[in-house]
Amino acid sequence: MRPRRHAADDLPPRLVAVADALCRRLRPDQVRVGATETHLYRRDASNMSSPAGIVCFAESTDDVRAVVEVAHRTGTPFVARGSGTGLAGGAVPPEGAIVVSTAKMNRILSVDHVNRLAWVEPGVLNLDLSRRIAHLGVHFAPDPSSQQTCSIGGNVANNSGGPHCLADGVTSAHVHALEVVLPDGSVTVFGGEDPEPEGYDLRGAFVGSEGMLGIATKVCVRLMHNPPAVATLLLDFATVRDGAQLVSDVIADGMVPAAMEMMDQLCLRAVEQYIHAGLPVEQAAALLIEVVGLPAAVEADVGRIGELAAACGVGGIRVAADEAERALLWKGRKSAFGAIANIEPNYYLHDTVVPRHRLPDVLEQVYEIAGRYDLKVLNVFHAGDGNLHPLLLYDATEEGVRERVKAAGEEIVRASVAAGGVLSGEHGIGLEKRDLMPLMFSQVDLAAQEAMRQAFDPALLANPNKVLPNPATCGDIHRIPEGAWI
Amino acid sequence: MDLTLDEFADAVGRSGAVSITGDGTRGGPVRSVPIVRAPAGIVSVDPAEMTVCCGAGTPVDELAEALAEQGQRVVLPPGGTVGGAMAVGRSDLRRLGDGALRDAVLQVRYVSAAGEVVKAGGPTVKNVSGFDLCRLLVGSRGTLGFFGEVIFRTRPVARFQGWYAVDGDPWDLLAGLYRPVSVLWDGIRTWVLLEGHPDDVAAQAARFDLRPAEGPPDLPTGGRWSLPPSALPALSSEGPGTFVAEIGVGVVHHVDPPPSRPVDPATRRLHERLKQRFDPAGRLNPGVSVLAGD
Repeated sequence: MRPRRHAADDLPPRLVAVADALCRRLRPDQVRVGATETHLYRRDASNMSSPAGIVCFAESTDDVRAVVEVAHRTGTPFVARGSGTGLAGGAVPPEGAIVVSTAKMNRILSVDHVNRLAWVEPGVLNLDLSRRIAHLGVHFAPDPSSQQTCSIGGNVANNSGGPHCLADGVTSAHVHALEVVLPDGSVTVFGGEDPEPEGYDLRGAFVGSEGMLGIATKVCVRLMHNPPAVATLLLDFATVRDGAQLVSDVIADGMVPAAMEMMDQLCLRAVEQYIHAGLPVEQAAALLIEVVGLPAAVEADVGRIGELAAACGVGGIRVAADEAERALLWKGRKSAFGAIANIEPNYYLHDTVVPRHRLPDVLEQVYEIAGRYDLKVLNVFHAGDGNLHPLLLYDATEEGVRERVKAAGEEIVRASVAAGGVLSGEHGIGLEKRDLMPLMFSQVDLAAQEAMRQAFDPALLANPNKVLPNPATCGDIHRIPEGAWI
Repeated sequence: MDLTLDEFADAVGRSGAVSITGDGTRGGPVRSVPIVRAPAGIVSVDPAEMTVCCGAGTPVDELAEALAEQGQRVVLPPGGTVGGAMAVGRSDLRRLGDGALRDAVLQVRYVSAAGEVVKAGGPTVKNVSGFDLCRLLVGSRGTLGFFGEVIFRTRPVARFQGWYAVDGDPWDLLAGLYRPVSVLWDGIRTWVLLEGHPDDVAAQAARFDLRPAEGPPDLPTGGRWSLPPSALPALSSEGPGTFVAEIGVGVVHHVDPPPSRPVDPATRRLHERLKQRFDPAGRLNPGVSVLAGD
């Protein structure tokens, strides 16, 4: 049986043999080599791309194992793919790679709402999970802005965060166990429903490994109680510095709100044009703070935040009166990226973390860098975590603009790390920041990460050439191809 | 810290078997080989960042005291040293509410088998830069590297906390209470740790008819079992006084040693490869294994 082809067949002979082998293990309609699929799966939501060699649609653990066994036997690189919403190029296929889509593995297998855990397949969408268990009074805490479309498998690969991770932590803290197909095709379980499984924390090592240690085929997630009381506040400030100061003051005062999100003026204006929520568009910045918990604690925290905000020179404080207003304010935050289309057709979203007390200084640097490159920049970010998300706005048809955007982005990363921060808070390293890893890690540090990776994947077939720069073998194989940045 | 990381690395050296000790409260070092100690001392406490940095040889109780002065705490079980707690990787009775010890570790600097200081993770409360060696190292019992310095995420101390007891079904409490910090059960009685605003705690306690208790019960020390939380109801057939179970978590403090658990062959091979890559000569804590049956 041959895989379906929809275009002129220019598949290299080596991949023809691999595709034939795959078709002996999967149904032919699960194995695609046509131009439609190999181009469709050439990129994620980042600005990088490279065509897939072969695309496989897995429907079960057995399917994934079959593909990985073929890959291992034939020495073919492979990359798992969820919804393709990653922002660092992690799912961009290595040259000639098999793309293993887990999107069709989207069943919720079991839910234990009393002990608060659920087994799900990796293709389950983040928000679908929380919606489908809402009637049980529980939810999955990580909530990336892409949560309507991103998959749990992708969350595992990137150790994803989101606005509500300030209080409850990122994905790693919400994964009890993983069924994994290792790069040699063996299937095992890391972690467990029990709290102290034998051996090394391979579960923890796997979460955030960006597809380079194997493919997760089942995930046991931790669920959290839905809060009985919620207060959502929008506070506006005449300067970004005042808003950032409140963030530090709230934490130093002993409160950990569920979320503390900041939007700067350009963001407020773009969003207001889009949702008409009466946002404070004349102010330099606004903070969206959400406090959750039992009623007395929520009331006390809201009162205390008001006092601290007054000391920081807050302009106005708007408390959402009902669920509809709360949803509207959050819609403003979560639709910021879409609203940008009113300003420029393209944007480049960055992701770094700095110590909270450095937020005002680093933000000033971000504005200065963007100005120097003649670019508009819009900031909407997880202020509580110090997790910056500058969006550089541009029109890709303008000659030379991409180089400016890329250079400005790199300067922002350097400024963040120089301020005591890190390369990425939730998007991951992928291809995007691979070559910036030495800003944060020495050669000795990187060698330790490489050692862990090679213990899992001695043949280096699982999503190779991501995350870790490799100066020792910096030939063509490790080069980010010209034109990959689109 | 009383020792620099470089001095600690020199003590570990580059060849020959070596073991590490803290206060010896969690099993102590491997005997009959040279023994080193990690640097001790608190480097910085920063409540506004919710972080603390300290040497791995710092006593847990000293760290807890320094944090309490700033209204903060970190989820380490009491006693012994910070590094010892991390090497063993066990959480304390607050795991249900606070999460696991491993999740509080942001960055470590450890000494490798090659005698080099290696950094893993990052200093901020959120970080996904590179592979997560911190998680791999917590609970690795000094077989992959020796902790030198660590940065933890801290949490503010709650306005109020209190232990309660009731002769009730612990699963009703687990399902009905909002985020209890701990629910313990000995087959007959249930103990609950609640914290938060005093009015909220009082309301929760009243709703479930909870009576104030001195603290948690005495825990049997014969064995520490790790069971899926859904398997805990079956413990009711065990005799009274034989166990205290952490409901919703699965740790069981038992009078008997834990039953042995099988290890999947693929997982065992992976353990061997990790040890080989991180400590090819097998010099760190020789003879110590993290897998049962070794």
